[in-house]
Amino acid sequence: MDTRVQTPPTAAAASHADGTFPITLQLNGTSHEANVTPWVTLLDLLREEAHLTGTKKGCDHGQCGACTVLLDGKRVNSCLQLAVAVDGCSVQTIEGLAGDDGQTLDPLQQAFMDHDAFQCGYCTPGQICSARGLIAEGRAHTRDEVRELMSGNICRCGAYTNITDAVMSVLEKEGAAR
Amino acid sequence: MNRFDYARATDAGDAVSLASTPGTRFLAGGTNLVDLLKENVERPGKVIDIRRLPLDAIADIDGGGLRLGALATNADTAWHPEVEARYPLLSSAILAGASPQLRNAATNGGNLNQRTRCYYFYDTAAACNKRQPGAGCAAIGGQTRIHAILGSSESCIATHPSDMCVALAALDAQVRVQGPSGERTIAFADYHRLPGDDPSRDNHLADGELVLSIDLPAEDFSTHYSYLKLRDRLSYAFALVSVAAALRLDADGRIESGRVALGGVAHKPWRLPEAETLMEGREPSQELFLDVAQRLLLGAQGRGGNDFKIELARRAIVRALRQAAAGTPQSQTDKRVA
Repeated sequence: MDTRVQTPPTAAAASHADGTFPITLQLNGTSHEANVTPWVTLLDLLREEAHLTGTKKGCDHGQCGACTVLLDGKRVNSCLQLAVAVDGCSVQTIEGLAGDDGQTLDPLQQAFMDHDAFQCGYCTPGQICSARGLIAEGRAHTRDEVRELMSGNICRCGAYTNITDAVMSVLEKEGAAR
Repeated sequence: MNRFDYARATDAGDAVSLASTPGTRFLAGGTNLVDLLKENVERPGKVIDIRRLPLDAIADIDGGGLRLGALATNADTAWHPEVEARYPLLSSAILAGASPQLRNAATNGGNLNQRTRCYYFYDTAAACNKRQPGAGCAAIGGQTRIHAILGSSESCIATHPSDMCVALAALDAQVRVQGPSGERTIAFADYHRLPGDDPSRDNHLADGELVLSIDLPAEDFSTHYSYLKLRDRLSYAFALVSVAAALRLDADGRIESGRVALGGVAHKPWRLPEAETLMEGREPSQELFLDVAQRLLLGAQGRGGNDFKIELARRAIVRALRQAAAGTPQSQTDKRVA
């Protein structure tokens, strides 16, 4: 199924007089409208316009994974997506993973705390969004597979062992570990 | 990033028509183009968004092959049941490249058309004939660890960075494109080009041509194959050297036909038919595979920092062919090389 096609192709291709384009995102379950210039990335839109600063700008070149979000349910580097091009998509950030009450954590968030899976914490939102995507993909069942399929997220503190523990613990709870 | 116009193509014809203006770029997954925009390496006047075009199907084609839509993502392609079952060499090569996040966004057409990762191409303060024809090549005499050992020129020693394309070369894929004068099909060996004296062109696409699909032939080499990739860290790094090996063995275990494609060593995936025919009718052996490797690397030239790649490639070719012959392909999870 092609989940990318959510708006008619030409619906938002016309720009305003000031050169901006109107876009609508389903952002953490809520409709979010914005007017963007074509060169604004999804990452910058999230941080600077939607003020969702949980998504981090690490390298800004797709090399570190700190900006990982779920785009139509799939993990991607938000720094390499132009906001105008993801018009009509759903975007889930770290802020959208916890329960609506803001208290109930996603099992991965809890597991990262339980397993001390970070030191400075800068890569953590990206790690957790990536792990959420990894679990949805259903391809990782062993420690080796988790390590390989989490390789898009760099942790400069080197908390990899505990990050793998945290992800494995959630996989085990969800019956996906081998 | 420079300021550019943006348009969303409604269909392939519309995309091609919009691209008739010089200085336009197609935007699909964005994983390479957006990065190049940020680096000011690409400064298009207009970006044509093609991601909504219906080109993401993976479907059987007449004659037993498989058509991979240009806009199918690398991840959807690698994990597609038909690709996994019938073309595991391709699946393996894709999974050896980039990261899960990048593979989720990057498309098949974009993978073919990605630019080199030569440091000097990216550094707009450095001379680069690919970025600015006639400027010179700062890589020659510079840091050459990731540079070409085969088919380079005095104008350019860049390599094509793709893993996927190395497997596609070995599989004899065909690329279906649409341009101002209609559709045509390009054999994979003729898609990318060597730098010669015009490194600004990575491939033989004409201006405004759009990739529609990559067509895989029926022969899939699903039993005896291996994709062996060697790099500076175990995951999420470009190849120093990679080898796609594919063999068809007869009932007695002799090689009926063999293919070897190399990545990380040239401006395009490197194949040499004369080296492959050495294997026909022969039993797999270390000596034979060494002969194949020597033939493939005939004329290989290092530039200092990449001299090691000649020996590395020689050993990797032998190892990948041995893995293919034994039916024990390299795992992309357990990176130990057997």
